[in-house]
Amino acid sequence: MMSFTTARLDAGAELKTSIAADVPVLQAQALTKVYHMGEVDVWALRGVDFDLFEGEFIVLLGPSGSGKSTLLNILGGLDVPTTGKVHCRDHDLSVADDDALTSYRREHVGFVFQFYNLVPSLTARENVALVTEISENPMSPDEALDIVGLGERKNHFPSQLSGGEQQRVAIARAISKRPDILLCDEPTGALDVTTGVLVLEVIARINRELRTTTVVITHNAAIASMADRVISMSGGLITSVQRPPVRMSPRDIHW
Amino acid sequence: MFSTLHRKLLHDLWQMKSQAVAISLVMGCGVATFVMSVSTAVSMYQSQSHYYEEFRFADVFLNLKRAPSTLVPQLAAVSGVARMHARVVAQVDIDVPGMIEPAQGSLISIPDYYERGLNELHLRLGRYPEPASPPEVLVHESFASAHHLRPGDSFHAVINGKKQRLTVSGVALSPEYIYPIRTGELLPDDRRYCIIWMRRSELEASFDMKGAFNNATFSLLPGANASAVLKAIDTLTAKYGGLGAFTREDQVSHRFLSDELSQLRALATIPPGIFLVVAAFLLNIVISRLVRTQREQIAALKAFGYTNRKVALHYLSFAAVITVAGIIAGSAAGVWMGLGMTRIYVKFFRFPYFEYHLHPAVVTGAALFACAAALVGVITAVRDAARLPPAEAMRPEPPASYHPTFIERFGVETWFPQTARMIFRQIERQPVKALFSVLGVALAVAVMMLGSFSKDLLNFILEFQFQRSQRQDAIIAFNEPSDSGVLNSLASTTGIRKVEGFRSVSTRLRYEYRTHLVCLMGLQDDHSLFQLLNIKGGAVELPREGMIISQSLAKILRVQTGDILDVDVLEQDRPRHKIRISGTIDDFSGTSAYMTVQALNRAMKEGRVLSGAFVTIDGAMAAQTYKELKNMPRVAGVNIKRAAIETFNRTMSENLLRLRIFNIGFACIIAFGVVYNAARIALSERSRDLATLRVLGFNRREISRILLGEIGALILAGLPVGMFIGYGFVAVAIEALQTRTQRFPLIVEPHTFAVAVVVVLTAAVISSLVVRRRLDHLDLMQVLKSRE
Repeated sequence: MMSFTTARLDAGAELKTSIAADVPVLQAQALTKVYHMGEVDVWALRGVDFDLFEGEFIVLLGPSGSGKSTLLNILGGLDVPTTGKVHCRDHDLSVADDDALTSYRREHVGFVFQFYNLVPSLTARENVALVTEISENPMSPDEALDIVGLGERKNHFPSQLSGGEQQRVAIARAISKRPDILLCDEPTGALDVTTGVLVLEVIARINRELRTTTVVITHNAAIASMADRVISMSGGLITSVQRPPVRMSPRDIHW
Repeated sequence: MFSTLHRKLLHDLWQMKSQAVAISLVMGCGVATFVMSVSTAVSMYQSQSHYYEEFRFADVFLNLKRAPSTLVPQLAAVSGVARMHARVVAQVDIDVPGMIEPAQGSLISIPDYYERGLNELHLRLGRYPEPASPPEVLVHESFASAHHLRPGDSFHAVINGKKQRLTVSGVALSPEYIYPIRTGELLPDDRRYCIIWMRRSELEASFDMKGAFNNATFSLLPGANASAVLKAIDTLTAKYGGLGAFTREDQVSHRFLSDELSQLRALATIPPGIFLVVAAFLLNIVISRLVRTQREQIAALKAFGYTNRKVALHYLSFAAVITVAGIIAGSAAGVWMGLGMTRIYVKFFRFPYFEYHLHPAVVTGAALFACAAALVGVITAVRDAARLPPAEAMRPEPPASYHPTFIERFGVETWFPQTARMIFRQIERQPVKALFSVLGVALAVAVMMLGSFSKDLLNFILEFQFQRSQRQDAIIAFNEPSDSGVLNSLASTTGIRKVEGFRSVSTRLRYEYRTHLVCLMGLQDDHSLFQLLNIKGGAVELPREGMIISQSLAKILRVQTGDILDVDVLEQDRPRHKIRISGTIDDFSGTSAYMTVQALNRAMKEGRVLSGAFVTIDGAMAAQTYKELKNMPRVAGVNIKRAAIETFNRTMSENLLRLRIFNIGFACIIAFGVVYNAARIALSERSRDLATLRVLGFNRREISRILLGEIGALILAGLPVGMFIGYGFVAVAIEALQTRTQRFPLIVEPHTFAVAVVVVLTAAVISSLVVRRRLDHLDLMQVLKSRE
């Protein structure tokens, strides 16, 4: 594992802040989302405007119930807003049906889950291949695994991998399709600090080297310092947008 | 008291209601088939024994040519005989208005005035015959109801060559004719065969049998040695043309009834066994899965202080509720089916009262078997729940370990997409579960085949017997052996095209100490209307000398080709011969022996004498032909093939259809139970993976393929296994059908395989699709947050 960090990541170098391009990859306007829970309406989003630019690294911060998961679900094409508009490339996500959302996820989005969600009956390589088989212009599973530094362990099953390794396989799986947007939902939530840092380094490097637009949602404020933009949410609204002057390297972050 | 755990039980059961119902149904089928067959068998056995006892069914039966009444005291005095009753029995042709072909009757003497004896009659309508002209008779209920005959009606019979009018004084039943069937036929023909009881003095007069008898029945003292009695009777009656005394076991009606009872007993074991094994397996997978998904709840319960015993009982209660529901539904269905079965039996078996009785012990027995099966099914899951340490249960189950499958070790994995590998590895990881699912589908196919094979068998028999072997249209029996000149008069009868004479002689075949009574058939040299055929095809040549015997007979006598049999002729001068067996024939007509007419005539030291003839009839002139035959004095009876086939088809098709519908239902329930549960468990185990795949961009069709691919692979594996097992079941069932005197071939038509596969496949596909619909409601957002 250490060989990977030294060989592939220029750990000592200060990371340059990525410069966001002007064209948004994704545009969301006046998003609201209401869940009907019995006789009560729960407003998860109360009017959110949100643009996502190419190559940008965004951290979405907020406590439980702030609406960040709902926003991620809408950005990821898992859900549609109650009102408002979302566009990504040629997709209008606000009016998409199930098939349209599926093809949007398939073509444009890479997901990284808190609990990895690897298929236990498939090896690391096969978990990645699962996605490359249905993508149009994927990298090879081996290449994706090399990027996350798991080329050596590609024939291992999830039960034979540590949590950090499993999460890196999940990242390889997410990036193998060369997605426009990489959505990471609490990617370090189930990991200890050391392993978490390692995972964040991989995500940061992918954002930097592959220029994949990346959104990390977390309630861990420390992670915010590696972002181009930090969006804080509370009560279904965006409460602040900050641009850290310097993007920090994950290994310099402490929490 | 209704505790919170009970509430949880009800709630959880409601969540898994479809699965619970599916298992209850399979269990119910097991209980139902058991209750149905055992309760029907017990009802029938009780009706039979009460009837036999109350109406004094005889133990020993005897036919002879003619013996003087002075022999009666000697026969009655045979050691071991309790009671003896001498009768006159004659075969007659009956002319029923509206029926072109003649019917046959057995005319049996009854005492002139009612007295208690053996084989007593149960009067259903009317009264005992009184002296009258035309003579009064009692007729058997089967014939009376087929022709709507009531007391006061009359019909004609050709008695000893003379057409005579008979008046029906009453309608009766006899324990001797519970199954009123003509010897040598497969099914009773109520329209064309009748038992008629006539006062002894009138019958004696008609047949010139005054002071004589030709039939006797005996009851035995308790503990009497039957074979010694038979031997003594045979010795006493030898010079009077005794045809060999026989016991109930060889009495036609009793034998059919006993065979039916033993088939019901066989029915009480195999099908319930199949259902209960499948139900146990389904309970196992469902409750095991439940315990696995409720690990954390179990941990919480234990943390709150619930004992291991309480937790175990809680999970046992799931099985208990499902099982009790199965027992209740199954018992009700079993009683319903038992009543239906009884209704069928009432049509065939004529008891004075045949009522369906449900003995509580039958339901108790079924319930015990069902509970035992359920316990075997859930014991491991319940034990796991009891043993789970609370601290460990709080942690999620460790990720499942997988390995490349066996076939992948040969490097063929590159041929398959990742989704196919998921399927293979899933199956290989839980081989026992997969095996049982395969077995479950296979058993559904097998049950289907078990319900259909009898149709194949009957079709084969019909075709073999009535098309290939017996090519005549009718068999004509002469009232006494006649010289071959009679063939000429037959040939000149209107409509008769071809005539072939035969000679049949009652004999006792002996080899070492084994004996068997057989009607030895003599066929013409150039016989073509009656073919000797092996079941597996191929005609058997009749040798000029020696005889051909059926394999069943060879088995009974334990003889083979080349052995020399002692043949005691039981007719006329009762000559004794030694005849060589020149070959055997593998037929299913029971015990039979054939020679050429010439050889048989020589053996009988008689001229060219015949007992009857096979004829073909021009269909267009059949009515006239039958009319002329009815009036020929030599003709004692006409057995029409078409009529036999019609009876066969009419009576069997309805019952076979009912049987098939039951079995289609059973097979569908098994297939549904197995496939639905396997799919639900697969869905439960894989819903997280499938939802993840959906998030990753797989569409519904693609994830359905993964879920249904696994089920499909198990179903496809189960179908051929089922055909194999089904064939085995059919073989067992046919073996159970074999009696000493009837052999059945193992026949399963490709059509039966195909229908079984199609029905099970359809049931399986429908149940998979029901589960498939649940995939549309996978909670995609949940997987982002939840761990397994």
